[in-house]
Amino acid sequence: MTDIPASGPAALRPALDVTSDAAKLRIRARYRSERRFRALGIVALSLTTLFLAFLLVDVIRKGLPVFTAHSLVLDVTVPQDAIDPSGRRDAAAIRGADLYPVTRDAMKAAVPGVQGRSAERTLTRLLSVGATADLVERLVAEPQLIGTPLRTRLLLSDDADMFFKAKHEVTSAPGRGVATPDGVSGTVTVTLSEPGFAARLAAVKAAHAASAQVLRLEAERSARQGAVERAKDAATKADALAAKAAAKDAAETLDDTLPSLLVALGGGLVKIETLEASRATGVVLLPFAEAKAYADWRIVAFERPASERKITDQEIAYLEHLRATGKVEAHFNTRFFTSGDSREPELAGIRGALVGTAWTMLVTLLLCVPIGVLAAIHLEEFAPKNRITDLIEVNINNLAAVPSIVFGLLGLAIFLNFFDLPRSAPLVGGLVLALLVLPTIIIASRAAIKSVPPSIKEAALGVGASQQQAVFHHVLPAAVPGIMTGTIIGMAHALGETAPLLLIGMVAFIVDVPQAITDASTVLPVQIYLWSDLPEPAFQQKTAGAIILMLVFLFVMNAAAIVIRRRFERRW
Amino acid sequence: MSDAVITQEPARSAAVQSRAKVVARDVNVHYGDKHALQQVAIDVPEKAVTAFIGPSGCGKSTFLRCINRMNDTIPICRVTGHIEVDGRDIYDPEIDVVQLRARVGMVFQKPNPFPKSIYENVAYGPRLHGLASTKAELDAVVEDALRRASLWNEVNDRLDQPGTGLSGGQQQRLCIARAIAVNPEIILMDEPCSALDPIATARIEELIDELIENFTIIIVTHSMQQAARVSQRTAFFHMGRLVEEGPTEQIFSNPKDRRTQDYITGRFG
Amino acid sequence: MTLLYFLIMALLTAGAFVAARRRAVAVAGGHQAALHSRPNHHGYLAAFAVLLPMLAIFSFGMPFVERAAKSAAFATMPAEITADVLKRAVATRDIENFATGKFAGEAPRAVKEAAAALTSTRENGRATVFGLGLLTAAAGFLLVRGRITLAFRARNRFEAVVRIILIACAAIAVLTTIGIVFSVLFETFRFFFDPSLKGRPTVSEFLFGTEWNPQAAMRADQGDIRTAFGFLPLLTGTLLITLIAMLVAGPLGLFSAIYLAEYAGPRVRGAAKPVLEILAGIPTVVLGFFAALTVAPLVRAAGERMGLDVASESALAAGLVMGMMIIPFISSLADDVINAVPQSLRDGAYALGSTKSETIRRVVLPAALPGIVSAFMLAVSRAVGETMIVVMAAGLAAKLSFNPLDAVTTITVQIKTILVGDQEFDSAKTLAAFALGFVLFFVTLVLNVIALQIVRRYREQYD
Ligand SMILES: Nc1ncnc2c1ncn2[C@@H]1O[C@H](COP(=O)(O)OP(=O)(O)OP(=O)(O)O)[C@@H](O)[C@H]1O
Ligand SMILES: [Mg+2]
Repeated sequence: MTDIPASGPAALRPALDVTSDAAKLRIRARYRSERRFRALGIVALSLTTLFLAFLLVDVIRKGLPVFTAHSLVLDVTVPQDAIDPSGRRDAAAIRGADLYPVTRDAMKAAVPGVQGRSAERTLTRLLSVGATADLVERLVAEPQLIGTPLRTRLLLSDDADMFFKAKHEVTSAPGRGVATPDGVSGTVTVTLSEPGFAARLAAVKAAHAASAQVLRLEAERSARQGAVERAKDAATKADALAAKAAAKDAAETLDDTLPSLLVALGGGLVKIETLEASRATGVVLLPFAEAKAYADWRIVAFERPASERKITDQEIAYLEHLRATGKVEAHFNTRFFTSGDSREPELAGIRGALVGTAWTMLVTLLLCVPIGVLAAIHLEEFAPKNRITDLIEVNINNLAAVPSIVFGLLGLAIFLNFFDLPRSAPLVGGLVLALLVLPTIIIASRAAIKSVPPSIKEAALGVGASQQQAVFHHVLPAAVPGIMTGTIIGMAHALGETAPLLLIGMVAFIVDVPQAITDASTVLPVQIYLWSDLPEPAFQQKTAGAIILMLVFLFVMNAAAIVIRRRFERRW
Repeated sequence: MSDAVITQEPARSAAVQSRAKVVARDVNVHYGDKHALQQVAIDVPEKAVTAFIGPSGCGKSTFLRCINRMNDTIPICRVTGHIEVDGRDIYDPEIDVVQLRARVGMVFQKPNPFPKSIYENVAYGPRLHGLASTKAELDAVVEDALRRASLWNEVNDRLDQPGTGLSGGQQQRLCIARAIAVNPEIILMDEPCSALDPIATARIEELIDELIENFTIIIVTHSMQQAARVSQRTAFFHMGRLVEEGPTEQIFSNPKDRRTQDYITGRFG
Repeated sequence: MTLLYFLIMALLTAGAFVAARRRAVAVAGGHQAALHSRPNHHGYLAAFAVLLPMLAIFSFGMPFVERAAKSAAFATMPAEITADVLKRAVATRDIENFATGKFAGEAPRAVKEAAAALTSTRENGRATVFGLGLLTAAAGFLLVRGRITLAFRARNRFEAVVRIILIACAAIAVLTTIGIVFSVLFETFRFFFDPSLKGRPTVSEFLFGTEWNPQAAMRADQGDIRTAFGFLPLLTGTLLITLIAMLVAGPLGLFSAIYLAEYAGPRVRGAAKPVLEILAGIPTVVLGFFAALTVAPLVRAAGERMGLDVASESALAAGLVMGMMIIPFISSLADDVINAVPQSLRDGAYALGSTKSETIRRVVLPAALPGIVSAFMLAVSRAVGETMIVVMAAGLAAKLSFNPLDAVTTITVQIKTILVGDQEFDSAKTLAAFALGFVLFFVTLVLNVIALQIVRRYREQYD
């Protein structure tokens, strides 16, 4: 009995046919669409997860390097007459002293062959303008160190720091044969005993060929769009490049759109400007002792073309030398946490923003929790059920969905303009954010109060408590965990809120750490916004670092909310 | 194969007049840890009304939902045992639930019309299963189903109005029309009249009488009178077990089991 | 000063509580039951009688003093400075800095004089506030203390006060709305109808103008740059980005919700819910950073590969990331709505032989449609009002374009751009921001009210 037997004849129509081919096809199609529909759901969820993962990985990858900084570790002696000629050990005088000669001399001692003012300047500009700040503080604290040799950390500039943080910028390979330079300074020609540069030369020609290809396509596109001039221009360039690429053995001039090539020999470094298969001409970046034949030499490449980086070949040469001689140290970036904002990326920190955030959150918390909870108590327990209460309820629900920037307008018009409260102050920021999260807290508190069973209140009323006593003594304590989770979620929201604070002036560039709720200050999310707008890559990194910090705060807050919910919230 | 199973059945109390449409053996149902149905075995005759009675929570609905595998939609529900429709094991992995349910329709305790027009409610099933290829055909199917559910005269002028706007009794008949529009072989009814007033109930009962010409009907009811009025056979469930099953007159006049007797005389339940 | 005031306030409040409590005990003379109210209630009442007036005097007095001090300072200044907004702002900063000893270098005499006026008025004013605070505290306390008798209904009085405080707290939410409406409406009205305002547009110029160039209003002397307050390009820009966001978030959010509500087992739900919650909790400034520095370059690079001309601040990038922001919003609202569809409807569909997806598509979704529509409306309202993502990733120049690869600007971007930095309240440019704020508030309010109403009715239907 494997077949389903036909059932009795139906009165009007035949029974549903399930065995015919048409029916089988139909059912198969239906199941296919079922699978498709289900797959859509899976795709949607996966895409969302992917988005989030991409976002987090991107931010973390960009931001993690901010927690390390690079410094030079050098031996310096700060002479008495440079820093404290009066000998009074006066802190202000020590802080005001000019330590440029000291750092300059220490760096010249660490890098050979730096002659002349411009070379000195190139070298010392590798340091941050605030490089000696730590040293000076140390000398203020321990003045007896003045005049004695010290080992100290000197913070590098943001460009130098970023150079060390970027991976695979410099490659180096042993050279074939014997290399003989014809001089030790200025422009020199290095001659090889065999065609050791042939591979590199070929690579340059290949790059030219590729560029020519791109230019040709561009020329075609321009021609199609009717930009005749541009098309001609591109075509000419393409032809020139193609010709260069075709001339297999002709010398090549290296410009700044190609990776920089250098020859390292005898402890020195020559930057190649013209390249042939077995000969190169260039300038000496780091000196070597004599112009003789070197069997042990290397080809070094700074892979990123000079036009795409902010740091010159000479600077890289110095930095690489310092690194090779063990003078560069990577360390935890404490300054990021201890200083306020700065125009110099390597000196900028988030302390000011953190303290500003703390003040602002304090104001918000102190205002919105009592007001929110009391309002919730009123609406849930005391308010008569009439039109006005209804209106308040509708109003609160709508307020929760009003765009946050509108609250900024409110703050600007009412708090700043009408009440004349100080601009940029945590006081006003806190007020605005309190109004912003108030609906959230009221809604959460109402839900918490509502979930307390009426029997508890009735029991209190039964022993002669007044309505208010019953609510404040029995209902409210039982609702505290729910109110707390609501509050934490509301505060987490406030912590990340940016737009309304921009309008009340919390976007000013503020170096000082605010001391009171009326001081001008900024907050973490606004600091993120400000930094993200700056062009220096180091500030981009700071932005991502600050974001990581903020996400950690948010994560901790939300985790706390979840823990409270799990541990304390009773199911009645 | 099913014949063999049937001859093994020892507790067959009365001769089954017509062929057995549904045959169940050793059916056990668990909701999580709860053992809701134990060792249920029954033959349901074709083109007749079988009533399931028993106290609340005894598992009537649970068993009914086994017959068209509606229990599949409850994640914690686990069904074991053997249920055949027309001799084919419906829990066989080969069996397609969707087609099974098209052959075994169901009407629920609370009328549950879709929030669509009356026409769309009835047309839903036929469209799903491709029973009509043209609009005219579909119109005919809808009209036929509504007529057989004796609802046509009341709604033929407002087919495009929402089904949720009908009265409770009309809604329930709409749900019946919706079920029979697919032309199933079996209709399961889970307390179809419990939300209705006596007049609406009477209409549905009349309808059931008409429907057995073409359909096999299983009805769960809490009303002993209703069971007596509409059914040819009655099965009494108690605490997850099928206690007794037989021709309706016999169950009501001369029950074998003490518990059945207590129940129908109103001593518990 | 502030700290001192609050310290004294705390001490006085505590003192009033203790004193009134003692007094009540003394009045009862050992028969505490004879008191109508517990001694504690007398204490609470006295404490409130001290605390509330002191708080009120401080929070209304201090801003008033600041105002007075500032106008006293300006009174010493020539009118040409106080009349010009920018000069006034500079002067304010100088005076404030001088008064607090932060002025770098030698201050001009005018500044010194003004600072002196500022300081003296401020000191006097603060002393007055201080004195008034103490006075009202004393009066409040004495009032309560004088009335403590056996029959005094301290508890009822106290509860009446609490009641008023409760109502006041609930009223703050309403006051906020009124404040918003008042501030945007008032300035908007001035923007269109204040006859003393130079360069103001008519309502129809604003609503139907196709050019937006508020910047020129600042330089009234440069006659050749045309000021324009045509709102249309902002509207189209906002709608374009919102549309892109909804095209991303609508399907993704809805299908996520459907999968979670109908298909997913507890394990998948347990994994997917936190993902959505984290995404919902990410501040928009972070998303803006992501949009501007990661997504926009990617979009641009992808476009260039296909030979398309993509603006570096394309609407597409901002819209995509805004869509990301809205996915969890739609999915959680839709999840609720789908779960509210009664199981009996699903059962009805299954019993007719529907597959799961047929049940969802033909029965569950149509039944949930009002709720889903309102979820989409709320999401649109979110997108229209979102600021940071567009501030960081969308353009500044108003352009009437529907090309997602163009840079367009939005209402919120313009509000932010106009209002950040120094602003004068009497220029058409500043007021234009409030007019935009009014439009924004109005549009989102209408969307929200309708959506919330639909949801409400929907819930009632299935309750
Ligand atoms: N979805 C479910 N999850 C868990 N347990 C269930 C579920 N449905 C039913 N049960 C349990 O299974 C048992 C049988 O339920 P069933 O609904 O079949 O009873 P019934 O006989 O139809 O009762 P009634 O006459 O009240 O409808 C009951 O104890 C019930 O608690
Ligand atoms: Mg039942």
